[in-house]
Amino acid sequence: MEEMTDPLSDQGALAESQRCLYCYDAPCIHACPTGIDVPAFIKKIANGEVASAAKTILTANILGASCARVCPTEVLCEGACVLGHEYEPIPIGRLQRHATDFITKRGISVLKKPTETSGFRVAIIGGGPAGLGCAADLAQLGHRVVIFEKERDAGGLNTRGVAYYKMKPRVSLDEVRLVESLGVEIRREVNVGVDLSAGELLSEYDAVFVAIGLGCGSRLNLPGESGPGVRSALDFIRDIHEMPLDEVAIGHSVLVIGGGNTAIDAVSQAKRLGAPSATLAYRRKEERMSAYAFEVSLARAADCRLLFQAKPLEVLRSAEGNLTGVKFVHETNGKEWIEPCDQLLVAIGQNKQDHWLKSLFPTLELNSQGCVITDPLTSRTNLPKVFAGGDCANGGKEVVNAVGEGKKAALAIHQMLTGKTPIPTLQSSRRGIARPPAGAGLWNPVRKPTH
Amino acid sequence: MADLSVTFAGIRSPNPFWLASGPPTNTAYQAHRAFEAGWGGIVWKTIGDPTPNVASRYSALRLGTKRMVGFNNIELISDRSPETNFRELTEVKERWPDRALVASLMADTREHWHELIRRGEDSGVDGFELNFGCPHGMCERGMGSAVGQNPDVAEKITNWVMEVARKPVIVKLTPNITDIVQAARAAKRGGANAISLINTIRSITQVNLDSFVPEPYVDGASTHGGYCGPAVKPIALNMVQNCAQDTDLGLPISGIGGISDWRDAAEFIALGATTIQVCTAVMHHGFRIVEDMIEGLGTYLDGKSMKSPQVLVGRAVSSLRKWEDLNLNFKRVAHIDHEICIGCNLCHIACEDGAHQCIDLLDPESTGIGYGPGRMKGKAVPVVREDDCVGCNLCSLVCPVDNCISMVEMSSNPTPMSWSQYQYLLSKGAIAPIPPHP
Repeated sequence: MEEMTDPLSDQGALAESQRCLYCYDAPCIHACPTGIDVPAFIKKIANGEVASAAKTILTANILGASCARVCPTEVLCEGACVLGHEYEPIPIGRLQRHATDFITKRGISVLKKPTETSGFRVAIIGGGPAGLGCAADLAQLGHRVVIFEKERDAGGLNTRGVAYYKMKPRVSLDEVRLVESLGVEIRREVNVGVDLSAGELLSEYDAVFVAIGLGCGSRLNLPGESGPGVRSALDFIRDIHEMPLDEVAIGHSVLVIGGGNTAIDAVSQAKRLGAPSATLAYRRKEERMSAYAFEVSLARAADCRLLFQAKPLEVLRSAEGNLTGVKFVHETNGKEWIEPCDQLLVAIGQNKQDHWLKSLFPTLELNSQGCVITDPLTSRTNLPKVFAGGDCANGGKEVVNAVGEGKKAALAIHQMLTGKTPIPTLQSSRRGIARPPAGAGLWNPVRKPTH
Repeated sequence: MADLSVTFAGIRSPNPFWLASGPPTNTAYQAHRAFEAGWGGIVWKTIGDPTPNVASRYSALRLGTKRMVGFNNIELISDRSPETNFRELTEVKERWPDRALVASLMADTREHWHELIRRGEDSGVDGFELNFGCPHGMCERGMGSAVGQNPDVAEKITNWVMEVARKPVIVKLTPNITDIVQAARAAKRGGANAISLINTIRSITQVNLDSFVPEPYVDGASTHGGYCGPAVKPIALNMVQNCAQDTDLGLPISGIGGISDWRDAAEFIALGATTIQVCTAVMHHGFRIVEDMIEGLGTYLDGKSMKSPQVLVGRAVSSLRKWEDLNLNFKRVAHIDHEICIGCNLCHIACEDGAHQCIDLLDPESTGIGYGPGRMKGKAVPVVREDDCVGCNLCSLVCPVDNCISMVEMSSNPTPMSWSQYQYLLSKGAIAPIPPHP
């Protein structure tokens, strides 16, 4: 299965980049949670300096290649593009992919490992987007960084949880290698709390960044749920990443329950991988879905069936225990019906990590949703030396938000350790602007409403 | 629809759109295709002693994705014999009697000029254009722009031609000269019936940064080419207007230089041209472009209730004045329509770094402008400080949204005062000096 969006050709990239107005204090920068200097990198593509464009991107966002593929650009940079009001926005995501692919294909390194080291050591728990984002910035600031990753591969959901038609795991794994090339050490298959304690990290390291993401998929808690044929949609997507595609179990009649982007990814993937019928059932009305409207239309275009106001009551099984369907009730008219299926994928969110967090740091403050309470500008927690970001703190946002939070943590850790004010890279296309002089987007990213 | 036919120095043409002497007018085959497409006239590629050419011959200026914004060539006059050219001219004129057919000529001696003119008259063409403008190759042999750059020589050669010519004679002027009006006056003194301008401008379009050889590349070297295409239009318009404004001259003008569509053509006509000539645009898109030129000019003239392009000729000439006659009391300031502003802030940075620092970036909330397209929380919006705006136009030129920034006339001193009048009033002690800008 190919990535759904074709890469831009060299000439296509040139034509699109030359369309960019090169705004001053461009809205796309304000809409990027990592504050990529979008006009600057696009101008470099327009001038034929593609590797230099990649440097601009990766300096702000080490996961620039995966964000180019998985970011909901329609509500972020492209949603803010001034050309979108009367005409077509610049395809910023595809141009970003063009630039980052350019250096990956040619093996060009644009980021340099610092020659001097600070002598400080920082531990990062979790090698997903937040952890990698934090690690890359700390390493470039000269600190010694160790990531503790419980899985075999780092990259988090980028490696295991993104629909295949959006991005191949290779892109994420290349990014993990890029972070390692900056001098970051990744200790894989190390489970903090089991293999070593958080207390050990706190005594051995000068700071700790917690980026453990979210847990496994939540359960429906309905009768009949336990048994063959029912699984978490995240596990299903993970199989697609880790197994040969023809070995991934796909039902004849796949039913997905949920209304978020994972649900949409799962139903689209099931259909694209050959399920004769793939249906998504969501408890509320369509406009309440947290999935992006464009993802929903993609699923429709792939011939997926979408049911709304369908509240599941019971998972039905045959006498032999085989999955046969799900009984639903309509939320407003109260009618009950049965949706037959032989595979049920549950995508109603991921479990919070409050138990693990509490076991690691008993005095860490969590909110009522079980997420770490952090300062939005510094990713600081209530504990000295402990910072947190990504899904375990924000409850589940985009990859780019996680990278941004990791980056903010890195800048704050740097300030804590060295006493030097953290100044993010100057956004050169905003040179001379009064406020904020650097880091627009990073501090208060502006997001277009989804619907 | 308006009748587009014109008479230029006695040459009748069904419309003012002619093809300039150049690669598109090299053969009868091309002439037939051009006339079929609807061109009103053709100036044949310059006939003279046939000369060999080099490969390559052309190069171009690209601007972003736009190709051929400017174009240059090092091709010489016709490499076909005068016999072939005159035979084909006869054939073309017989098939297209209602179109204007002009032979461009270039020679060295008096005898040679006489001979070419006589053969041209015999071929049945409607007139001649004397190539005093080619800036490459021929000038090094004492012809082309070498003639056009020396008014005395140009006058003398025009005289030679007029000794035998019975058909109208147009002198084509080179822009590679300080004051083109001097060259035009020389043509008139020599007896020419009309002038055409501009020929190409000496140029280098680009340098290859690996080989360090400019284009067009000829075996490790290049040479200065003649520049034309859309980029030269402003230079050509200026020179056409200069000639049209010269009261001593009084010759009909055929305008040339970067004309690609009816609008370009109309501008040349408004600045004094009776016919216009096109070359680069046809080399880019083919003869078919004339259809839109005919339709566009007709529609425009109808919209202005002008029955003929002759009514448009020279309409804008007199509004060009000397700087010292412009009104110092005229004030206009930039006005940004925030309803359609997309928040690119290009006006701000252009004014801030490139002009007079009078567009501020302010908080959309506290200014009451509010949010809108491209105007988001945390991002400032451009606001003109009218008291300091000098009305230079820069912001309105860089603004990517049509009609978003307009230059609004301010009610100020209603009495016009030019620099000349200001000097006069100052000398009389009738006025205090205007204070210098802070």
